[in-house]
Amino acid sequence: MSNMLVLHLRATDVPGNIENLLVQGGRMQMVYASSVDGRIEACYLAAPGAGKPFELWRVAVPPGGLPSMAAHVPLLGWYEREMQDLSGVGVLDHPEPYALVIERGTDPAPFFAAMDDGHYPAPHVLPEVEGDDVQELDFGPIRADVFESGQFRFFYIGERILRYHPRLFLKHRGMEKRFQGLVPDAAVVLAERVSGVGALAHALAFCQAIEDAAGIEAPPRARVWRSVLAEMERLYNHLHYLGVLADATTLKVGQAEGRLLEEQAKQLTARVCGHRLPMNVLRPGGLRRDLALPSDFVAHLGKLESASLRYLDQLEVTSSFLDRLHTTGSLPRQVAFDQGATGPVERASDLDRDLRRDHPYAAYAEHAPDVALHKDGDAYARYRVRGAELRASFVLLRHLLAHLAPGPVLAPCAVPADSIGLGWAESPRGSVYYVVHTDASGRLARVKIKSPSYSNWRVFPYTVHGTNMMDYAINEASFGSTIAGCDR
Amino acid sequence: MALWTLFGLARGRASSAWPEGDAQAAGQHGVQGMPLVTAQTCAESCAACVAACPTDALRRVELPAAADAVPRHGIALDYGRCIACQRCVEVCPGGTLQASEDWALGTRTRADLQFDPQAAPAPLDGTALALQNAIARRFRHSLHIRHVDAGSCNGCESELQALMNPFYNLHRLGIFFTASPRAADLLLVTGTVTEPMRAPLRAAWEAMPEPKWVMAMGACAISGGMAREGYAGGSGLQELIPVDVYLPGCAPNPAAIMHALLLLLGRSEQHLHGGRSDG
Repeated sequence: MSNMLVLHLRATDVPGNIENLLVQGGRMQMVYASSVDGRIEACYLAAPGAGKPFELWRVAVPPGGLPSMAAHVPLLGWYEREMQDLSGVGVLDHPEPYALVIERGTDPAPFFAAMDDGHYPAPHVLPEVEGDDVQELDFGPIRADVFESGQFRFFYIGERILRYHPRLFLKHRGMEKRFQGLVPDAAVVLAERVSGVGALAHALAFCQAIEDAAGIEAPPRARVWRSVLAEMERLYNHLHYLGVLADATTLKVGQAEGRLLEEQAKQLTARVCGHRLPMNVLRPGGLRRDLALPSDFVAHLGKLESASLRYLDQLEVTSSFLDRLHTTGSLPRQVAFDQGATGPVERASDLDRDLRRDHPYAAYAEHAPDVALHKDGDAYARYRVRGAELRASFVLLRHLLAHLAPGPVLAPCAVPADSIGLGWAESPRGSVYYVVHTDASGRLARVKIKSPSYSNWRVFPYTVHGTNMMDYAINEASFGSTIAGCDR
Repeated sequence: MALWTLFGLARGRASSAWPEGDAQAAGQHGVQGMPLVTAQTCAESCAACVAACPTDALRRVELPAAADAVPRHGIALDYGRCIACQRCVEVCPGGTLQASEDWALGTRTRADLQFDPQAAPAPLDGTALALQNAIARRFRHSLHIRHVDAGSCNGCESELQALMNPFYNLHRLGIFFTASPRAADLLLVTGTVTEPMRAPLRAAWEAMPEPKWVMAMGACAISGGMAREGYAGGSGLQELIPVDVYLPGCAPNPAAIMHALLLLLGRSEQHLHGGRSDG
């Protein structure tokens, strides 16, 4: 295990360590609960910065509960509430102490039902806004068109939204618990189905976590293929994003074009790996099978690239489209950092972070992407960053495919008992982390997933409060988050 | 806007003729299909595929001893649980399980998704089929769908949304998605049906006028899929609401979805009977 340092801390040391981390330009990533010898411990994942190893701070949960860090590091707020809901860890002095993921009342928490004695039920509270003329709109969970299920509550007067509260986790499937007891090889298909449109990124982060625990690296050819497929996943997702954004601004031909290009990207992906949403390809140690590049693949990719560039150019001169994006859903840099924004969303708020460059994996050390940034933090900036990433992915793919040398695609990967590993990937929506803990027989004891949509849904309401109804759908589309990835 | 009109016109025709036309028209070149059980007996003591299956879609069945009195067993496969992950095909030492390119496997009954080496497929019930087709003809030219995500990974939504792209262009077949369940003929359900989604799903179904149909799309909606029977709920539509069309897969591709929708309308043929594909 070399991807992270594991430190054992006392709960009282955590605030000071967080302070140090932030001063040195680092950022907290998440906190989750795990169990060691019948005791529950909280595991904080800290990211000191580009090129520096990650740190896992393991903290025994004190009797009576864990002091909340959410007031200092707001992005930890949701993780702490999730620990309370799913692991029965009491969190003290939380600024938003109510249930987040499941409402279990006084039932035992699903993760550590046997050892949980306090249960720490969280009250079900929704923020209320009262006043003359304030109206309340509950939207969802079933929405028009083909959408994922989620419920959204607006308190508003006329066009003006006073307060916005998304009620997510209706789709919570308990995926993390599903990993428990599986052998790592069998669990890849599960990781792929945490968020179907991020299947490759999730499988990659999971496989790399297992490889980290085993202390091995996938062979070069497998690493190049992993990057190729990861960029193919980015292509179809970003093209989908542009089509959806064009639809939100009622640009119908623009919508059709984005969706057609997305379809072509999916068909190309299937031709190379057998699945339109690249599933069933990865395995700890490399790939499940060697892949062959169809002879006309590069030519088709070239056509898709020129059509995509033409599409981006056309969007960029369409004033009716751009007018709806400028100043919509503004996310200031500090809020993006504090609340945990990730991926294109944080880069559009001028946070210069990309795991492919900062902590290279797969073949990104040899083939680093150009990281696009924008300062405005609005829907326009988010669209521009994704457009630039789309262009960069085509460039990257050409380099990668030119370096696809023959060789093995699988290295032996024996996972030691009682080990820990960390893996990550920069998915189309931002950073994915997997921490894996194995048990005495080398099976999975605990798998924690940090998914990008969980991070960005936490951020999103800060761009909605105080704005207007008319811009809501465009703003939501400009984030491009999934609900499955958030709810897990 | 004139620029976009020209842009669209210059693009020419993008739509496929599927389900007419050749395999190219389906747009699924290279897409892995469901595994096939090719031989009836397996090596003694081998259950590698059963152990490898992440959704318990496979099970060993004892077969009557042959003349040499050696006990034998075969493999039964439930396509309603299969996520086509290909793990069984990879671990099978004897080639009993083979990869296939079969993916248009929508059926009208749950039993048709179940392959058992011993049981011959039940003969087609002509009366039931005639009745189904009689009902189907009422919607022959138009179908309105209300989709409900009851706890999916978003893979099924991604492929459903693809139906509206210019390549598949679902509207050309007279099939539309509608916002209100009151205007819907078909409830198309994706996902494992988590506890909080049961009530909204049920409400949508109850709001639909008769006659109404239900389609379970993907392994999750049919049987719970990867997330079945966890603390968060989820065994699909089983025992929740009656299902008229089952579409196995994970995620079923857009051409497979269209095949299943047309099956409901009596405009395509069912390929899978008693778990056996007629090719």
